[in-house]
Amino acid sequence: MSTVQPTRPWVATTADRVRDGLIFVVSIAISYGLVAATPLKGKLAYFFTFFAILTLANGLNGFLRYGFAAAKDAAIKTLVGVGALLTVMPIASILATVISKGYKGIKPNLFTQDMSLATPTDPLNNGGILHAISGTLILVFLSLIMSVPLGILTALYLTEIKGRFSKPIKFLVQAMSGVPSIVAGLFILSAVLYPITKGYSGFMGALALTILMIPTVARTSEEVLNLIPQDLREAGTALGGTQWRTVAMIVLPAARSGLITAMILGVARIAGETAPLLLLTGGGDKVNGNPFHDPIGSLPYYIWKSFNAGSEEAITRAWAGLLVLVVLILILFTTARFLSTRKVSR
Amino acid sequence: MLSMTTAPAPREITTQPRRSDRIFRRVVTAGGLSSLVILSLITIFLAYRGFEVLRQEGLRFITSSQWSITTDDAGNVVESHFGLAAMLVGTILCAFIAVVIALPISVASALFLNFYSPQWLKKFLVAVIDMMAAFPSILFGIWGFLVLMPSAEYWAKILNHHLGFIPVLKIAPYVVTRSPFVAGVVLAIMIIPIITSVSREVFSQTPLDRIQAAYALGATRWGMIKAVVLPYGRSGVIGGAMLGLGRAMGETVAVFTVLNIVFQVNWHILLGAGGNVASLIILKFGEASPYEIKALMAAGLVLFILTLMVNAIADLIVKKTGKSGR
Repeated sequence: MSTVQPTRPWVATTADRVRDGLIFVVSIAISYGLVAATPLKGKLAYFFTFFAILTLANGLNGFLRYGFAAAKDAAIKTLVGVGALLTVMPIASILATVISKGYKGIKPNLFTQDMSLATPTDPLNNGGILHAISGTLILVFLSLIMSVPLGILTALYLTEIKGRFSKPIKFLVQAMSGVPSIVAGLFILSAVLYPITKGYSGFMGALALTILMIPTVARTSEEVLNLIPQDLREAGTALGGTQWRTVAMIVLPAARSGLITAMILGVARIAGETAPLLLLTGGGDKVNGNPFHDPIGSLPYYIWKSFNAGSEEAITRAWAGLLVLVVLILILFTTARFLSTRKVSR
Repeated sequence: MLSMTTAPAPREITTQPRRSDRIFRRVVTAGGLSSLVILSLITIFLAYRGFEVLRQEGLRFITSSQWSITTDDAGNVVESHFGLAAMLVGTILCAFIAVVIALPISVASALFLNFYSPQWLKKFLVAVIDMMAAFPSILFGIWGFLVLMPSAEYWAKILNHHLGFIPVLKIAPYVVTRSPFVAGVVLAIMIIPIITSVSREVFSQTPLDRIQAAYALGATRWGMIKAVVLPYGRSGVIGGAMLGLGRAMGETVAVFTVLNIVFQVNWHILLGAGGNVASLIILKFGEASPYEIKALMAAGLVLFILTLMVNAIADLIVKKTGKSGR
């Protein structure tokens, strides 16, 4: 007596794979031929002919084997893949350019000197970005200590208190994340710099960055706090804890790594912010450790200044600065990802 | 004899929060209201600083495109005209081009991530796209200027060559450098991650039973997407596009590097003359007199209100997800 063997018709067979591979190869060949035979030329023409032919070929294959619906399905599958490719292509190009152009500007003196005795157009072994790195660190640190309490309090209001302002505050936080960075800069200029301090300083820049950072911190923290099981809060209350003790001793520690992720994402959001710094920090060329007095340099400002100087050395400087900035953001992002994989600790 | 110990007085049972809790709730509420405070302060201060210019120019501030200021030797303002029309048209034009380019690509890649991609690739791509959203705008600006612009100009010429009969695609005089089209392409690349992640989120909320019902009725994958996923996620995708539009309107540095600012309303997207409110502020800020700074504050206010409105509409539309569809 024979039993019916279960089959898995949805898994691609070797024949399917070979057929797909053949279609791919044939499409490349045809599009090469087309680009060579017709007046079309260039990478763009090649790219588009290839994907048009591939879409058609996949569609035709589907049509011949299963009919019209399958043809549409196969063609759409190709188009959707092209969409994903188009999304990733710019980022690949950006990373490749930053690395290939930036590494030339990475010299030992880059990290030990500032630009007080050099101009962007000088040879690359003169001057560095010490002032910019120290300035960016100071700015980020200041905005961190201002925005994290406000951001986390906002998140706590939305998750723990759930008062009658919850809906409007959610809406406002969303709206705040769309505030253009230049508007944040103008606001600090009009509200603090002109009437009170009357001079460029790092603190002004940090204030503007705080405005841009709060929504990121608030929204990420809210998501994290929502993931903390309700049981933990009930357990805290059942043991006689007040709400304050429950939040401070149970909810926040449980959400710790998630909250750190929120801070890191906030820092990544503002580390490369340029426009408000152009208005507020004055962009000094000397290392300045005092954020409350005198212009302060920062990586984005340095990149901007070098890029606008225009000579070959200056542009290389700009790419080197961008490389440092991108590496910084990549490190922050990887750390955040690593931490958020274990969202609830203990 | 055992001395009588007095029993502790029974604790009063009450639903009133303790004092520590009252303080806690007040502090948290105060912190929670910070977004409201900051947003209102922005509006108040920009309006206050820009008031003089707004009153003097009236409606001309958004209908005329002249931007000039003359001062005498003592630095007094003799004559001034501030109009944002060209800048506003340019801002909306660039943002619109960006959304038109970015939307189909984003929806395609969101569909790919949710319904076509293998798990390992999906994880990797989501990480990459999220990271791209955090890249600083100055990076896009410089990359756009030095790497993308030569290609984008070539595309503009091809577009003009084949579709030049469409009015907005005319180029006269023949200048294609630093056109709104180039700025739109750069902005599109910047907002693709935003629209993609909103769409992906919305598509992934599609009820599984509807998806399985479609498959059970014999639908192909595309048939299922067309009948179930797209109608369900439509409002979410539109909201995501609006969010991208708002981001594109407020973008400063990236646009400033690739756009040629001209104080004249220009609807020809391939012509190298455009406008942008945020870039205007950066452009004029350096050598602006105190009076012109006030005009820039007013311009900032207009930009702020514009982006706020777009964002608010986007938010409302995204929230409606799932109410449409079959």
